[in-house]
Amino acid sequence: MKYDLEPTLPAPPSTTGVLGWLKRNLFSNATNSIATLIIGYFLVTLLGPALQWTFIDSDWFGDSPAACTSGGACWAFITYRMDQFMYGFYPDTEYWRINTTFLIFAVAIVWLVVDKTPYKGYVSVFVLFIYPIIAFYLLYGGSFGLEVVETHKWGGLSLTLVLAVIGIVAAMPFGILLALGRRSNMPIVKSFSVIYIEFWRGIPLITVLFMASVMLPLFVPEEITFDKLLRALIGIILFQSAYMAEVIRGGLQAIPKGQYEAADALGLGYWKSMSLIILPQALKLMIPGIVNTFIALFKDTSLVLIIGLFDILAIVQAANSDSAWLGFSTEGYIFVAFVFWVFCFGMSRYSQNLEKRLQTGHNTR
Amino acid sequence: MMKTSLITAAILTVSFAGHAMAEGTLDAVKARGVVQCGVTTGLAGFSNPDEKGNWNGLDVDLCRAVAAAALGDASKVKYIPLTAKERFTALQSGEIDVLSRNTTWTQTRDTQLGLNFAGVNYYDGQGFMVAKSLGVKSATELDGAAFCIQAGTTTELNLADYFRQNGMTYSPVVFDTSDQTAKGFDAGRCDVLTSDQSQLYAIRIKLEKPDAAMVLPEVISKEPLGPVVRQGDDQWFNVVKWTHNAMLNAEELGITSENADEMLKSSNPNVRRLLGLEGPKGTGLGLNDDWAYQIVKQVGNYGEAFENNVGANSPLKVSRGINALWTNGGLQYAPPMR
Repeated sequence: MKYDLEPTLPAPPSTTGVLGWLKRNLFSNATNSIATLIIGYFLVTLLGPALQWTFIDSDWFGDSPAACTSGGACWAFITYRMDQFMYGFYPDTEYWRINTTFLIFAVAIVWLVVDKTPYKGYVSVFVLFIYPIIAFYLLYGGSFGLEVVETHKWGGLSLTLVLAVIGIVAAMPFGILLALGRRSNMPIVKSFSVIYIEFWRGIPLITVLFMASVMLPLFVPEEITFDKLLRALIGIILFQSAYMAEVIRGGLQAIPKGQYEAADALGLGYWKSMSLIILPQALKLMIPGIVNTFIALFKDTSLVLIIGLFDILAIVQAANSDSAWLGFSTEGYIFVAFVFWVFCFGMSRYSQNLEKRLQTGHNTR
Repeated sequence: MMKTSLITAAILTVSFAGHAMAEGTLDAVKARGVVQCGVTTGLAGFSNPDEKGNWNGLDVDLCRAVAAAALGDASKVKYIPLTAKERFTALQSGEIDVLSRNTTWTQTRDTQLGLNFAGVNYYDGQGFMVAKSLGVKSATELDGAAFCIQAGTTTELNLADYFRQNGMTYSPVVFDTSDQTAKGFDAGRCDVLTSDQSQLYAIRIKLEKPDAAMVLPEVISKEPLGPVVRQGDDQWFNVVKWTHNAMLNAEELGITSENADEMLKSSNPNVRRLLGLEGPKGTGLGLNDDWAYQIVKQVGNYGEAFENNVGANSPLKVSRGINALWTNGGLQYAPPMR
């Protein structure tokens, strides 16, 4: 009789280690094996040269195309003009004003994102009501001893951010009001909201910008000239609030009827029940939708290039037409795509983080 | 009562302001201290920002020359980048004083849009570029060839007309932007690339081997490009027109930005009239007597502007061709200043 336990045998070699992983994940059956081989072939043939072009054979610094001798990407085109791509035609002695503006914004956002910071309420009020005034005087100038920098000198990434941030922040309250209006029992408010939303959703953003830039000046007397950036911004806000309204209405509809009745039973009026009971729950549900709209808007801002505003895409295109640096459009477009990706990915990560934090048990996971 | 008077006040303000506008662009420019000039959003050699954000180009030099004439300082220009679609509205609505944006002079634009063309600072036309290895010397040998074309331009129509007139056939390969057109030509998608000649030289630099391509001599369309002003303001129209004329006359007389000061001592009556030492000076135009001297001194004559921006001293290397002075067999001809 044998009383000792047999020693545990190691797992068969074909299921462990690199080989096992490969077999399980890449070559588990004939179809998968073929797919692996085909995809692997493309990865090797495409990725290799792409990496070679981007990193190994590339030139990163220099002040003329002559600096690009390695045959790969000429990133010198980007690095040499980096200031312009970031700040547009803003005078270089005044760059600190843009930096300060966005630094304050970044600090405030981080303050709101990080869990254990105090005074979140005050910071939100600051961001929504006081910060826009500070930002205006910093960017445009005109008082406190700051020289005026007219908006036709704004450009590059900072202009893209100005358009996106103002569009996003200003469209939110309008969107909430429109969504509540559309669900209201008052016929005039309701029909106004419906007409507004359906009108703005029925036309493309490019039309709105085009109208704002080309048609509007023809309707007003010659001596009244609205700032072109202001016209574009108003167009973007009007347009964006219609989309925001529909996202928020979706959230409002997902709140069970019992919540509305409970609010009524507590004797809360319309605004109190909305702001204390319905909206806090609804806004949480809407985060993916809202962030989705934000990301779409952020990318849509590049449409302003058709009205001659130099956002980051337009300024890279303009740089492409510099006769000293012709022929680097590939590098330029890759750079723009990378910048857009960084911001959109950042926003999407932030929304996931927000969803987790506000998680109070409505979803079924 | 209160309301009525407010409305009346508003109407009065508006009409008064309208009157101020009608007084003339030159006065408005002098009062403002800056010329508002509409340019492209980036076109190699004509108007594009450099890495410091300064605008250069042949069209930009015209803006600077107007500022030098009207204000005595070529740097007093506010550049308003405009796309092709908004350019005329910007001029009509008063957002800009002069449009110097690679704009073709046509009958419709001159007569129906309330605009006036003040001259031609570049005679352009549609041309062809082929690979040197093709061995083609003339466009008439291009029967049956594949053409790379940029979509949505008159280029397509001109090409169709030209081939129908000559009883030849071709197959078009259409691209969206000039970058893509260049890449298509590089990749061998077509034998010939067609576009306005001024563009062909810029596209050629974008090719992998610029030296392997050549521009054929034929030009199949007329594209006279020039500065545009609002109709009905003859004084300002004259200022822009004579700014261009002064640059041409300066080249003809051999006055450059470098020798302008020495030329002040010249005894040649034509030179002395141009530099404002005698003759009509600036009175008829409402400008200072040294207006033309300021243009030449600060911006240069037409030849300098051409060579520095699109010609031999630039990467584009466009030959003067029909843009040479009439004395050299070209079309650039300015009336005398006397």
